[in-house]
Amino acid sequence: MTTNSLPPDPNNLWQPSRGLNKWVERAVIWLFGLFAIISVATTVGIVLSLLFETIEFFQVVSLWNFLTDRQWTPLFSNPQYGILVLLSATFLTSLIALLVAVPLGLLSAIYLSEYASPKLRKWLKPALEILAGVPTVVYGYFALLLVTPFLQLFIPQLGGFNALSAGIVMGIAITPLIASLSEDAIYAVPSALRDGSYALGLTKRETIFGVVLPAALSGIVASIILAVSRAVGETMIVALAAGLNPRLGLNPFVPVMTMTAYIVQVSLGDTPAGSIAFQSIFAVGMTLFLLTLIFNIISFWFVRKFRETYE
Amino acid sequence: MTTNSVSQVATEAALRAKNVNVYYGSSLAVRDVSLDIFKHEITAFIGPSGCGKSTLLRCFNRTNDLITGARVEGKVMFQGTDLYAKDIDPVYVRRRIGMVFQKPNPFTKSIYENIAFAARINGYKGDMDELVENSLRRAALWDEVKDKLKQSGLSLSGGQQQRLCIARTIAIEPEVILMDEPCSALDPISTLQIEELMKELESRYTIVIVTHNMQQASRISDKTAFFNAEAVGAGNKVGYLVEYGDTEQVFNEPIEQATQDYVSGRFG
Repeated sequence: MTTNSLPPDPNNLWQPSRGLNKWVERAVIWLFGLFAIISVATTVGIVLSLLFETIEFFQVVSLWNFLTDRQWTPLFSNPQYGILVLLSATFLTSLIALLVAVPLGLLSAIYLSEYASPKLRKWLKPALEILAGVPTVVYGYFALLLVTPFLQLFIPQLGGFNALSAGIVMGIAITPLIASLSEDAIYAVPSALRDGSYALGLTKRETIFGVVLPAALSGIVASIILAVSRAVGETMIVALAAGLNPRLGLNPFVPVMTMTAYIVQVSLGDTPAGSIAFQSIFAVGMTLFLLTLIFNIISFWFVRKFRETYE
Repeated sequence: MTTNSVSQVATEAALRAKNVNVYYGSSLAVRDVSLDIFKHEITAFIGPSGCGKSTLLRCFNRTNDLITGARVEGKVMFQGTDLYAKDIDPVYVRRRIGMVFQKPNPFTKSIYENIAFAARINGYKGDMDELVENSLRRAALWDEVKDKLKQSGLSLSGGQQQRLCIARTIAIEPEVILMDEPCSALDPISTLQIEELMKELESRYTIVIVTHNMQQASRISDKTAFFNAEAVGAGNKVGYLVEYGDTEQVFNEPIEQATQDYVSGRFG
């Protein structure tokens, strides 16, 4: 126990056991540090295992073939690994999802922040966020059993599994993300800017589109990029509703296989561990990881560059 | 310009408040104010906090409409037209009666766009570069920003931002400019620049300024209205007009005792 070198306390009333406290403080630092390290180490471990398996994969399949082959047939006797096939499906479903989610999410964000009465906003926003909490497997069945049959009424050639309904439902699933984050960004624009715009004889609509949205741009774009990451990594909906047919192209009416769906198929199937077909899921996983990493970096850069600071 | 010529053109009222009451929800904030604002003059509203001078100012271009629960009774006339008549669109009112706020609020756009934006939406058809330059010149800001028109308006200092806000207001050629404590967030040098600017703008515009600073009111205004506040009920204050007249008279020979006490610094 260390001694206190301060002059003696004249009101010698309380004597907390500071010696013990010091040890508790130290233990707490170590304990919390340990937890922090565990989570970081897990991430590093995941990336490393991805990396090693990917390297092994590329010792058999050349990177050139991986990037340029136009077939994805890992289980054929003459296997081909053209990632473009899976990439095109991921691109297609994500694009459809964004075409649904960006307008829907942005318009709800604008409505919630600018037009809804405070009372309505108070219960509408949490309700919207509940949508984000629906398990994606539910969305997947929703796409497969409700949306696809419904769309088939209008598009007879639509397959039972297809990119269209998976993409639309995925869009609905990520709408709350865009709506909620964009709403935060729009709501955070100081009302002084709105007043300034009104004082120049502008209408509410002109104020929102000319002044408020540009001021919230960085937050809105960040929310969209985050949604892209979600769409690219989304698994359950596409695995259930988009089908499992590796097919190059952007036809939304036929079954396709996204990168995530392929990983699910191989992980759940009886592909022997250690085979090249098995290792291919790590190469696909690595591609997925790099893609989302790039999106996150873009989002980070964008927010830093375009964030407006008031005062 | 001589004082004489000013008083000749200044006989006409640009704005007229008649028995104006303003409520926020159910509580009365401003009670029974009647006064005339004359063309091409600077009119100052002074008084202690909570006396309703800003609230009254906001009635003149219907910015009170933006506050939920605000309600105006009585008549507010702009060149003989009731601003609160049923068929009047507040957007048109604000187009002709501009406002500069307490805190500088430039848009998150370039300096150029801060001025061009509203002019374009309001249908300005002429040479935009010329309009931007003229407005910045008249706001005494051109020399400081002419080489960085593409930079964000937020990159300017507080005083420059406020002059930018004045520039964007005069770019759309309003007839009246309302200023709600435009210098309260600025340093003394910027304040002086804004005051000089107001004196220059006086020949073309009618200006109403709310200020906490009595020296400012006496330096720049032609007419001064003194408001006071009175406590009513639990914690509520209601503002009313005490005295209104030529600035000289209000500061040097006030009629009311309360005005005398306020301008000599005994309260407020």
